[in-house]
Amino acid sequence: MTDDDKVFKALADPTRRFLLDLLFARDGRTLTELESELAMSRFGVMKHLKVLEEAGLVITRRSGREKLHFLNSVPIRLIHDRWIDKYTEQQVAALSDLKAELEDEDP
Amino acid sequence: MSTTTNTTVQIHRVYIKATPEAIWEAITSPEWSKKYGYQAPVEYDLRPGGAIKGYASPEMMEHPGTPEVILEGEVIECDPPRRLVQTWNPLWIDEPATRLTYEIEEGPNGVCSLTLTHDVTNAPQTADQVAGKLENAGGGWVQVLSDLKTLLETGKSLYS
Repeated sequence: MTDDDKVFKALADPTRRFLLDLLFARDGRTLTELESELAMSRFGVMKHLKVLEEAGLVITRRSGREKLHFLNSVPIRLIHDRWIDKYTEQQVAALSDLKAELEDEDP
Repeated sequence: MSTTTNTTVQIHRVYIKATPEAIWEAITSPEWSKKYGYQAPVEYDLRPGGAIKGYASPEMMEHPGTPEVILEGEVIECDPPRRLVQTWNPLWIDEPATRLTYEIEEGPNGVCSLTLTHDVTNAPQTADQVAGKLENAGGGWVQVLSDLKTLLETGKSLYS
């Protein structure tokens, strides 16, 4: 699998995207902290974190007895630079703005 | 934005097909730093205690009132081409200087990993700036590092 494949595969799962969103909101969390936000076993969360780590989207660092998880968004940026820029970013931006606007109108 | 240890750290990692020496040079020489990311040349006096100065890019200078020097710092540890620790003080943000650690590790097939750890403890504005969370302030480290990769691997910046 290429690096891009690993990133796309890692992103193709709602739980893993949710984990990335959690780290985006607040970086440097422990497994216990992340687990508390999900209705899933500790092993399930560990498995998802491993996929994210292998794709380079999550980097871990030891701090004393704790293992902290950090979001690394560089691989997503590389995909953005490789794919989104190429296919006319402006149109994509206009469409995503339109989507946000239309969805905002819902009660 | 704080962890249980009460420090706030951002970690960014990119894999680059280049030698550690080339990556080191691209970080520490103004001839290279002006070619990628924000295109602001940064001068390093590469010894512990040595000064670091970043200059406004030609594009930044188009905005009236932009000072010539926009970034200051000091070298803390210097172990070329593997590890560089420095302070980082963007002069347009009124916050204490933060700390950057660059680590370059050689892997198989001529690919190196470059890990940038930015300790932004007690500097929330700096944290937002370098995380690319501010509007009209660019994409932060993620943008800089992906462009650095592109430049070293293809010889051309994304923004040139």
